[in-house]
Amino acid sequence: MECPRLDEELLSPGHFACPGCGETIAFRHVLHALGRNTVVVTSAGCGSVVDGYYPTTASKLPFFHCSFGTAATTAAGVKAGLEMQGNRRTTVLAWAGDGGTFDIGLQSLSGAAERNEDILYVCYDNEAYMNTGVQRSSATPKGTWTTTTPKGALEDRPKKNLIAILAAHEIPYIGTATVAYPKDLEEKVRRAKKMKGFRFIHILSPCPPGWAYPPEKTIRVARLAVLSRIFPLFEIVNGKETSLSPMEEKAPVTEYIRTQGRFRNFTEEDIAVLQESVDRAWEDLAARSNGRKGKG
Amino acid sequence: MKRLLTGNESAATAVKLGRAQVIAAYPITPQTSIAEKLAESVAKGELRGRYMKVESETAAMAACIGASMSGARAFTATSSQGLALMHELLHWASGARLPIVLVNVNRSMAAPWSLGVDQNDSLSQRDTGWMQLYCETGQEVLDSILIAFRLAEETYLPVMVAMDGFLLSHYFEPVDVPSQEEVDRFLPRRKARFRLDPKHPATFGGGVSSGVLYDLRRKLQADMEKAKKHYKKLCARFSRAFGRAYDPVETFQTVGSDLTLITSGTLAGTIKAFLKENREGPRVGLVKVRMFRPFPGEEIRRVVKGLKRVAILDRNLSPGAGGIFSQEIKASLLGVSGAPPVVSVIGGLGGVDITPEHLGRLAKDLLSGKGGPVETLWMEA
Repeated sequence: MECPRLDEELLSPGHFACPGCGETIAFRHVLHALGRNTVVVTSAGCGSVVDGYYPTTASKLPFFHCSFGTAATTAAGVKAGLEMQGNRRTTVLAWAGDGGTFDIGLQSLSGAAERNEDILYVCYDNEAYMNTGVQRSSATPKGTWTTTTPKGALEDRPKKNLIAILAAHEIPYIGTATVAYPKDLEEKVRRAKKMKGFRFIHILSPCPPGWAYPPEKTIRVARLAVLSRIFPLFEIVNGKETSLSPMEEKAPVTEYIRTQGRFRNFTEEDIAVLQESVDRAWEDLAARSNGRKGKG
Repeated sequence: MKRLLTGNESAATAVKLGRAQVIAAYPITPQTSIAEKLAESVAKGELRGRYMKVESETAAMAACIGASMSGARAFTATSSQGLALMHELLHWASGARLPIVLVNVNRSMAAPWSLGVDQNDSLSQRDTGWMQLYCETGQEVLDSILIAFRLAEETYLPVMVAMDGFLLSHYFEPVDVPSQEEVDRFLPRRKARFRLDPKHPATFGGGVSSGVLYDLRRKLQADMEKAKKHYKKLCARFSRAFGRAYDPVETFQTVGSDLTLITSGTLAGTIKAFLKENREGPRVGLVKVRMFRPFPGEEIRRVVKGLKRVAILDRNLSPGAGGIFSQEIKASLLGVSGAPPVVSVIGGLGGVDITPEHLGRLAKDLLSGKGGPVETLWMEA
């Protein structure tokens, strides 16, 4: 898989991320694709801590830390404020984790999406509250161990289908991406940047301590999420036209599940059930895309 | 030009004349007509701003925070539960030193539901770092908002302008509406020294050490104290331009009075009516407290010193402690030589009427020695 050359680095080294952090790789590529004429609004989460402590900051762009559940609305306020001062060109990026997007930020997200606020919202999804030390969120997959879904009470509900919720808002652009396919990720960001209205990109961001795998395996884990079709790469334009990004070979879900300690309680039977549901979801997605291929 | 306006119309007129650039609001009785009027002004092109139809009061304040951080002039209005819902972000706005102006139309807090006025909504926000001004008339609402924009933008502190629900928000009064040129001369465009600007990138609101936070809070307190002086300076300027003065604390007939009532909001107007009717009886005076944050302790000490007897009328309640203005005024008089005996009185919660007749009976009771330094007197409902 090709990796774009980072001719301009907008995220400084020396930030506070853990080794192998998926969020940081994702952020680096998103900023690279957006360029300097960008304002970043981030809600509480790993992203806000990674940026560093005063007087240091990793971001080379204007960067505002907002309250936990309000990334979308705060970003929309920034955009409105810039426009009213005659600046229509700056991209306003809302950058939030799965907790800040699927849970506490869902109302803000839905409000901004429904009003078609002219912002780009990117969710870095590490499938739990990692910043506070691995508590489940509504993005945590079924069968996952976290500190609030311990052994004996493992997560018993499937991950919230946020993409379906957002597609129902008929927003101009939805894209999914991972850090294992940085070229695809950056192209999606660039495509979204050129559009007007509410644009959403969902990035699966593996988390070595939270998912319990060695830090050097981040890219491999993200790649397996895509190859196993647990996290397919696709786009939805105007809530309707779905197109799948070109895929390499297919991997069985067991390969993805067995790379991570958070799934250590999965039995062979659990894996078989998961494989079936993933295959069904894939067929559904393929049917909706009706042969349309993404440009990625 | 004199116009017949409700309190809410006075507020919307001030925001329009004040050229707010981003307005984000969520409807709640009795604030709603402010939001409606501003949406209409934007739709008609009378106000060149953006009206954001947000999904909650949390969102209204979040949008104002974003807009203000970008350098724009931002405004919102709310009431009661809506203000309570904003609570977290009120802290955020003052901590980020954003000059947002908010109008709160005072209404009691549920449960149970009630539309009537009391001040528990805004007084519950007293520790959020917002300045608070309480209004008696529609004219005061209009003028306070114009002063508030400039005060906020020059001190980097948000301002809340409070008015009594229905008693002020929905009553028509003649209001002197200044021309756009006059307002523009008093209130120039916002010039933000710090903002989200791609040409000058900077990070705002990220993590700090405890020592930095401590210093920032200390600075916030010092700046609040300075803001009171700045408010007085701006009011003097406003008075020169428009002929209307708004001291943090105002007095009426206190000299030589047998009893002085201290209160805020429209109750001050009712007391003035009572004073007019009560020319024959014992001498009663009034102290009106306009500014609650920063707290005008010094000003209150000055006007209260030497008075014979004082009663503080609160249209609010901190359950288990009593009236909120009362607690703060009493605390500011602690250890002051020559401070008069003070009685705390609560009345009018949930919009219960307080008429000049009620006030006459209260004055009689107080002058006959009813009410001590500790107990709270409750007015008849």
